Parts: sequence; structure tokens; C-alpha cells
Amino acid sequence: MRIRIEPRQEASRVLLYVTPVLAVALTVLSGLVLFVLMGYDPGAALYSFFVSPLMSSYGLSEIMLKAAPLMLIGVGLAIGFRANVWNIGAEGQLTCGALAAGGVGLALWGQEGLWILPLMCAAGIAGGALYAAIPAFLKTRFDVNEILTSLMLTYVATLLLSTLVYGPWKDPAGFNFPQSRMFTDAALLPILVEGTRLHIGTLIALLIAVAGWVLMAFTIIGFQIRVVGQAPAAARYAGFSRNRLIWFSLLVSGGLAGLAGAFEVAGPIGQLVPVISPGYGFTAIIVAFLGRLHPLGIVLASLVMALSYIGGENAQVEVGLPQAVTGVFQGLLLFFLLASDFVVRYRLRVARATTG
Amino acid sequence: MAGNRLSPDIIAGVPPRLAVKGVSKRFPGVLANDNVDFAVQPGEIHALLGENGAGKSTLVKIIYGILRPDEGTIFWNGQPVSAADPRMVRRLGIGMVFQHFSLFEAMTVLENIALGLDEAGDMRALAARVTEVSRAYGLALDPHRDVYTLSAGERQRIEIVRCLLRNPDLLIMDEPTSVLTPQEVERLFETLRQLAAEGCSILYISHKLREIKALCHRATILRDGRVVAECDPNIETATTMAQIMIGEELQTVTRRPGGGGGKTRLVVEGLDQRSTDLHGIDLQNICFEVKAGEIFGIAGVAGNGQSELLLSLSGEQLADHAEVIRVDGQPVGRRGIDARRQLGVCAVPEERNGHGAVPGMSLVENVVLSGHHRLNLLSSIFIRTAEARRFAETVVAKFDVRTPGTGTSAGSLSGGNLQKFVVGREILQAPGVLVISQPTWGVDAGAAAAIHQALADMAREGAAIVVISQDLDELFGITDRLAVINVGVLSKALVTADASVAEIGLLMGGIHGSDAASKQESVHAD
Repeated sequence: MRIRIEPRQEASRVLLYVTPVLAVALTVLSGLVLFVLMGYDPGAALYSFFVSPLMSSYGLSEIMLKAAPLMLIGVGLAIGFRANVWNIGAEGQLTCGALAAGGVGLALWGQEGLWILPLMCAAGIAGGALYAAIPAFLKTRFDVNEILTSLMLTYVATLLLSTLVYGPWKDPAGFNFPQSRMFTDAALLPILVEGTRLHIGTLIALLIAVAGWVLMAFTIIGFQIRVVGQAPAAARYAGFSRNRLIWFSLLVSGGLAGLAGAFEVAGPIGQLVPVISPGYGFTAIIVAFLGRLHPLGIVLASLVMALSYIGGENAQVEVGLPQAVTGVFQGLLLFFLLASDFVVRYRLRVARATTG
Repeated sequence: MAGNRLSPDIIAGVPPRLAVKGVSKRFPGVLANDNVDFAVQPGEIHALLGENGAGKSTLVKIIYGILRPDEGTIFWNGQPVSAADPRMVRRLGIGMVFQHFSLFEAMTVLENIALGLDEAGDMRALAARVTEVSRAYGLALDPHRDVYTLSAGERQRIEIVRCLLRNPDLLIMDEPTSVLTPQEVERLFETLRQLAAEGCSILYISHKLREIKALCHRATILRDGRVVAECDPNIETATTMAQIMIGEELQTVTRRPGGGGGKTRLVVEGLDQRSTDLHGIDLQNICFEVKAGEIFGIAGVAGNGQSELLLSLSGEQLADHAEVIRVDGQPVGRRGIDARRQLGVCAVPEERNGHGAVPGMSLVENVVLSGHHRLNLLSSIFIRTAEARRFAETVVAKFDVRTPGTGTSAGSLSGGNLQKFVVGREILQAPGVLVISQPTWGVDAGAAAAIHQALADMAREGAAIVVISQDLDELFGITDRLAVINVGVLSKALVTADASVAEIGLLMGGIHGSDAASKQESVHAD
């Protein structure tokens, strides 16, 4: 008796969609072990992490609120990932989008008008896209690896934001706190459900996810992206320009990250502060893969990941778990997902010992 | 010569060197080997003959210990071989020269040989042995040359010497001549005959009947995984063996030879192209023209600039000047592949998986790949999937592509079926100029005849066709004129009917025009 690992002839379609669920289950299971080892009551910890956020309308609204940026960024990143363009710097593009949108909000401070919000969103998209244009230019012009450039530019963006909110954009009446003025109402996103922070951005994110699905499944642009990612030589044979697709996917993912940043500052935050995002740009990478790079899968995945944020906060308050548990869970989830990908492409076979 | 053509007798009481008894091997969906029996005697050159997909490779992999049979046993000198792996098999005295070489380009001949041996040894002693073996068998080889500077024939010698160093009793040669010029083939045969005369058995895998008639003592013919005949190639004719191999009457291509009357459709004039690949071949001053109704052949040993030429003609690589490539009078050298397709230039690259087709995508999507503009498959940015599906179904029906449906991924089709699909997809786009590389690579003889017929029909309709192929039989069979490419230089075009295989062979070896006669001497003296 021997156990052999064999590549499958074709990747299993069923497992492709089952494994993300499996990965979530394994993450919960190892969470259980982790809580026991840390000396917490595992039942109570798991309940407050995974269940209690789902039991209140406030918890649900918060999950949807946090899912919005993950969804937006995840859909954009997935387009790039399909084309083998690895934009790891969505966090920086989000920051730049927030900066641009916030800048507009501050410049028009106190003014009224329905055009202010669309202008802020447009500025957010432009900010993120322009920031992603830097790795796109370097990649297409000098063949510089976009993983490195986009990641490193993230830190530049956060420092740029700090410079502004510690300096020129600081609220003059803010007792020297490093934050801008609060935006006026015209620069704040309308709330969907009274009494919650859930804003219209979540709806827009959902619409964009649907648009992303249409783009990838039914248009020649999505087709080009998939071909370039799967078989670059075939893409050249088809006459698809690799450079154009690099530009396209970086600008789209950067733009959507920028829009997410605009939604954050015009939504729950309502001003510019030194830290806009609790790592949405990075978490969205996990979201994209958990959703199998499929825009509709990403919608579900972003809800799961949003739960990990809310659950982490909840467990911190109710059970006293350290905040780092959220990060640990997100990491575990990615780990199990990548590991379970193995069974999609390979199968284990128990081989009888044969003679001759 | 007649002496070593006689088959070694089966000596009573002495077991055959290698015997395969009742071997079956099943893969998902196919029975690759079905109860195969055959035996190779000491000193015998035994052919394993069959079409692509007949189960030759599977059988050889089982003998060499790479695969295990589901049923059946391999006997070595009468003893059953159990649970073998390649290392054990080599220790028994079986050597194998694969169709695709496994060599490190950036290392020397000697380093490559040392890496292929199972046990490390003294490099200086090894160099001496390599020289000794290569001299003894006429396999001229400098142990200290870098591999990337060597021709395919020389690379093959490395693999053969690597096997001979362990004094094998059986040498397996898998399609050894596909990368050789006719002259190199003759030299290889001399070596193999010498080995056989010394008592080494040779299992020679091929589908080339002429070679088998010239070299082998006996032949086992496989079809659909089963042994359908065992015969003496000296008695059978190539036609009878072909019919046994294929199992049906061979259809011959009917065509009216292309007259010179058509207008010139494709002109290539002074095309220079630096290869983008490190070990690629630069094209130098390529000149030829193809008229409407003409099939123009480009012969040559693999890796002499054929793939670079295809990329330049199709438009995947742009030329430096627009004028060097003209289609129907229009300069297209600076136009990309999409623009050229719309002007009526279609191309079939040599590599189907990942170049001519995306393996992970369905046949329908693979129609969109090359036909998106020419077949009018787009309405604004949306893909007209229904149209693409209809076209895919036509290709599948007309070119007899064996597939469960058009939604199947291209990668799950067998090599020959995918080839039929890709070739059919381009032919049915009715191009004015078709550039096609290895049109019948890996397809069975029936399908090859169908593809040849389709090309002939296209030519009759007035298309200009360029066929790049390593198969001289194919080129002589279907082309009107042909030229030979060697290290990126294209020879003058010859009228196929007036050209001889020997002449083409010399050109393939890089010997041109006036010095052909004098060099011919030295080739034979070598």
C-alpha cells in the first residue's frame, strides 16, 4: 500500500467551489484549538466572533459596511490577477483615492450641491488609478515587477497622507490633533438604513461587482484578460496587446481601490485621519482568492472577511481576545485556501503494490 | 550490408533479450495498450511501428519502467522484471534515447553526460571514455563543446553516447530521426547496424516506413493499443505496412498542380529579423514569393528559424520595414497580426497548446481567439457566443475532431484532435494567404490526408499557402515549389517536381549550390 499524489487531468470544478467553504470551516476549527490553547472558553469565544455579529441588525449593517471596500477592491484586483498582473498595492491606491476625495471635500467645505459627492468619487477613482499608473508605467516601459513597486508605493502613500493631516490639512480648530476638519453634509454619503452607518457605497459596490462579472464573462476585454493570464503566447497570436491589458487592469484595480478610499472618508470616517483603512487593500487580496477571482464569489467572500473584522472587535469587547486574532484568522483562511487548492489540481491515490 | 540485414535466428533454448507478455495499460477514457505481446532477440533491430496514438509511447514507457502495466509482465533474458523504475531498468542494461532531448544548453557535452549517469565518477576518465566510445561508433563529438552550439544531430549523439557508456544490451530509440537531415539519418543507421552486429538489441520506434524498411530486421505493428501484425519489413512493401498500420486504404491527395498563371499574393523580400529568444535564430535576408493557387514548402531541420519565420509572416513579430512583406501588393511588414488577419493572412503555429489554442478554454472560446474580427464575432465589446459556437461546430464536423462537444476545453483533446481543430479553424476562415507550420503533426494518416486535401482545395480556390514542415514526404507530396531554411537563411526555391531528396538533404545540412558536390564527398567520408 502506497499513497500516491497524481495530477488530475482537469482541475475539479466541484472542488473549485467547495474548497473555499472547506477553508472557512478549517479556519473556524483551528480557531477553536487556538482559543482552547490560549485558555479562553472556546464556545463563548467562537460565538462572539462568528455568531453574535450576525444576530443583531447593527452587526449585520456593520458587516455590509465593511464588505463594501473589500468587494470593490477585490473585484478590481481579481481582474488583474486573471491577467497575471499582481497589484499588491491596493492599500496605497485606496489611500490616494481617499486623499483625492478628501481634498475635494475639504476644498468645497461648507458648500452645498448634489455634484459634490460625485466629484469626490471621481477624484477618488482618479487618485487611485493615477497611483496605480506608476507601477503600470514601470512594468510596461522597463519591465519592473509590479508586485514590488505597487507594494512599496503603499508606504509612500500612507506617509503622504500623514504629512498632509499632520500639516497643511490639519483642522485649525482641532486642538492640534492630526486630523482634518469634519466634512459638511454635502460631502457625506447618504445613509441607507436609519440608525446605522450603512451607506449607499455598499449598493454601488454590489452593482460594480455585477458589472465586473459581465465584463469578465461576456466581453472581449474580459476574454483578453483571461487569455493573457492563461497563455501569453496565445494572446500574442490572437493579437491582444499585453501592455494595454497591464494598463487596463492596473488602472481599473487602482481606480476601484481609490473609490473604496473615497467611500471610507465620505462614509463612516467623515474626515481625513492618518489611518483610513484597517488593511482593506491587503485583505482584499484574500477576498479575491477566496472568491475564486469571480466577481460574484468575491461578493460572498467579502462578507465573510467583513465578519472577521466585526467578529474580532466583538470578541475583543465581549471575551477579551486580543485584536491580533483578526489578523491571525485572515492569515489562516488564506493558508487553508491555498492548501486546499492542492486537492483541486491533484488527487491522492492509494496504489496497490503491483508486480511486473 | 546484406549480411547484417538478416534477422538473427531465434536460437532454441535461448530466451529472447526482451519479451513483453500480455501487457495492458488503461488511462482514463482510453485503453492505451491491450494485451500486447512481442519479443526482441539479441542483436536484432526490432521496429515498433504505429501511428501517433497507437500506444507505442505507453509501451516504451512501461518497458523503461516509467509506467507500470495494469496487467502483464516484461521478461528480461527470460526473467520477469518486477516493480521496475528507470534506474533499475538501466542497471539491467536497457538504454533509451528519447525523442525530446533532456540536455542543459549552457553546459558542455561532458557535463551533460556526467549529469545523466546514475553514479558520479572521475571527469577526466569520463572524458576519455566519451572520446573512445564516440570514435568507436563514428559519433563525432567534442566533450568540451557547449551544448547550445550543437545541431540536433549532435545533441542526439550525446544521448546515444550517454547510453553506450553503460554497454547496454538493449537500446530503445524513440522517433530518433524527426530532427535529422537525410544524411544524418544514414549516419545514425550505420551506428545502429554496428551496434546490432556486436549483439546489442535495438528497439526502434517510428512511423516512418522507409526507414524501417532500410534498417529493421522485424517489425511489430500496433494499432489502437493492440498488436495487429508482426512482419518482416524486408518482405512487406511500405504500402502494405501502411495499410496494416492504418487499418484502411490510404487516400491519396488529388490536386491539379498549381500553374504559374496566378497573381502573386505573398512577397517576402529581404526580411531580416533578430530573434527575441536567447537561443533563437536570426532570420537573414529571407526572399520568396507565393502565387495564388500555389503551395510553397519550407523544409529544414527543427530549430533553424522556422518558428521565427512563422511569427514574422503571421505578424506576431513586426518587421523593421513595411515593404519587406507584401500581401496582394500591400506592404504589411509593420502591421500586427490582427490587421494582417483582416487582410486575409491566417497562420497555424507549430505549438498548439498555449500558442495556437488556450488549453484551459473551450473550443468555442478558442474560435474567438483567432476569429474575433475575421469571423465578425463581436458586437461592440460583447462576444457573440452563439456565432462562435456555430463556427466551432462546423470545424468539429468538417475536420472530424473527436470531442464530446464544443464546450470541452482544448487541453483535454488529444494532440491530433487539437491539431485538426486548430488547422480547421484557420482553413475555414478562408484566408487568402495561409501560413501553416507542421500541418499534420501528430494526426493519424486518415486525418493527415484530409488536411492535405483541404490545403489543396484552398489552393485551387486561389489561396497562397506556405507550409513549414520537417516532414519531407509531406512537402514532396503537396507542394509546388519548396525552399530549405538553415540557420535563418532560406535557400533558393526549387520546383518540387524537379527536386531530389538528396539535394534538399544537403541544403538542410547547410550546403548550398556549387559547393554541394564537393561537400557531398566529405559528408560521406566523415
